[in-house]
Amino acid sequence: MTVATALLLGAFHGLNPAMGWLFAVARGLQERSRDLLLASLPAIAAGHLASVGLVAVVVGVTGSLTTATVLSIAGGVVLVGFGLWRLLSKRHFRWVGMRLSLPQLAGWSFLMSSAHGAGLMLIPVFTGLRPAESAEHAGHLAHAARSVTAGLGVAALHTVGMVVVAGVVAVIVYEVAGLTVLRRAWFNVDRMWAVALVAAGLFTLFQA
Amino acid sequence: MALWTPDPTFYASPRDAAAAPDERYAYVVAFDRQAARPDAIAVLDTDPASSGYGGVVGWTELPTKGDELHHFGWNACSSALCPYAPHPHVERRYLVVPGIRSSRIHILDTKDRVSPEIVKVVEAEELARRAGYSRPHTVHCGPEGLYVSALGGANGEDGPGGIAILDHQSFEVLGRWEMDRGPQYFAYDFWWHINHDVLITSEWGTPSMIENGLVGELLLGRKYGHRLHFWDLRKRRHLQEVDLGDQYQMPLELRPAHDPTQTYGFVGVVISVEDLSASVWTWFQENGRWQVSKVIDIPAEPADPADLPDLLKPFGAVPPLVTDIDLSVDDQRLYVSCWGTGELKQFDVSDPFKPVEIGSVRLGGIVRGTPHPADGGRLRGGPQMVEVSRDGRRVYVSNSLYGAWDDQFYPEGVGAWLAKIDTESFTLDKRFFPHGDDFRGLRPHQVRLQGGDASSDSYCYP
Repeated sequence: MTVATALLLGAFHGLNPAMGWLFAVARGLQERSRDLLLASLPAIAAGHLASVGLVAVVVGVTGSLTTATVLSIAGGVVLVGFGLWRLLSKRHFRWVGMRLSLPQLAGWSFLMSSAHGAGLMLIPVFTGLRPAESAEHAGHLAHAARSVTAGLGVAALHTVGMVVVAGVVAVIVYEVAGLTVLRRAWFNVDRMWAVALVAAGLFTLFQA
Repeated sequence: MALWTPDPTFYASPRDAAAAPDERYAYVVAFDRQAARPDAIAVLDTDPASSGYGGVVGWTELPTKGDELHHFGWNACSSALCPYAPHPHVERRYLVVPGIRSSRIHILDTKDRVSPEIVKVVEAEELARRAGYSRPHTVHCGPEGLYVSALGGANGEDGPGGIAILDHQSFEVLGRWEMDRGPQYFAYDFWWHINHDVLITSEWGTPSMIENGLVGELLLGRKYGHRLHFWDLRKRRHLQEVDLGDQYQMPLELRPAHDPTQTYGFVGVVISVEDLSASVWTWFQENGRWQVSKVIDIPAEPADPADLPDLLKPFGAVPPLVTDIDLSVDDQRLYVSCWGTGELKQFDVSDPFKPVEIGSVRLGGIVRGTPHPADGGRLRGGPQMVEVSRDGRRVYVSNSLYGAWDDQFYPEGVGAWLAKIDTESFTLDKRFFPHGDDFRGLRPHQVRLQGGDASSDSYCYP
């Protein structure tokens, strides 16, 4: 269940042009080089992983210090709030230009994922990772370490799902479909995404 | 509210944009030289199948007088599809229309109506306070917001001119764009090589050098602008200035290649003080340095001093006065308007370093006054602002340059007209000639086409 959810959310993130596949295509087109497109993908994945992993660590550590109910409520409230802000805010993000090195691209991906709340969307998965035996059998530290490890595993899995989908979409657009497809197919993922954040938050609250 | 799919007028590449449908309307700014009546946005019917074709079908007056509407642009364009900060679900809907004399910036809504509606006015004080500029000029929709160039400083300062950033949505002035302006002082036009993070600016003069007309001593003293500036678009820093030579006064309109993989573009120079010729230059990058090369030279035409305005009598010649140029979206054709001699030239620029003249239309002119085929009388003014449709098939030209300068070069009156040229045959459309009373006593300047045109959009994908 957890594995499937992590992968599916990864696929959902991978589909979003703002999460990186479009940037990879643009870099490829600019230099007429599929290699550059492919080389961009690991950097984009690394940034995404860092963003999602950070949330996993925060949830894991926080979870060891508090009860499952408190964690779920706090996580749910953060999610709903962030989702509503994404839904209603008209802000556009921009930190960089077009000419980026691969480490800068990873940084861009980290910021883009974080600003979009990619990691937050996984909070219901992370909070669901609390080991059943919980705090009465193990110390806080050991418990934290276990939750964090599990969370990072989920984050890694999620990122694999994300980058595989992003890569496939990028290559198809670059090689076959062309960017003309954007004009019709670029569904307003941002709004859907914001709704997904709110839904994940409500789900987390429901879990609590 | 944002859209569910991208605005249909956004195109990923110039190739896609060239396949765009024909424009249904053209928006034209028109101003009252006497500042006795409000300036207006006129809307022209550009659909040949319509009964109103070639006529003024919409009209929106400003609430104020003396603005001198000049250049303007859209709130959003194809750059919204750029990959590093995409926001494709905004609408191309608002015209951003600065008054070059009043320094007010007007926001007009064009959606679901023929005559646009004014929804906001940014006052001169806000532009001065937030950005330190006045006399707003060119507008481009860019990655960080709306970029508006301005010719003058604020709070009594004549300069430097520069670029202000406006918010995409609220149209509030966010501030001055330049972090480090280096030696740049004069401003005029700007545009960019968006995928190379490079911005280019050109030079005219400060408000005191232009607002009361062209100053002969300054021109002959080579005091107007003669440089291009290249900037880091991301870091907002000046990178390099390129001097064309101080005889080449006033490099104005900048037309970078639309293909985002390219790093060349064209700039028109109004006049050489050595022989009154006009010229077009190509900029390019070589070994990491920006350079320019003169690729088109248009000589002055000898004339009887009796036929010339006072300003030109001592020279016995009409300068071509290249005041606007426009590059087709496919980067294959360059249109050059010679406002003094009354001519629009068409060049094949498939090799940007070796333009080949392939067409010419004579219309108006200081001495010639060539009539329009739709109306036999002598025509005052000349082709000035040029706009090319996205598919490259139609070119629109209007006749007024700038209030005080119109009066110097066309002292009997510059008239008011707008003409359309078919680019395939390179002939004037006899059915399309709004003129005279159609503009209700105002002078038309820049034209913007519905859905975008050759000087409105930037593309991030080749």
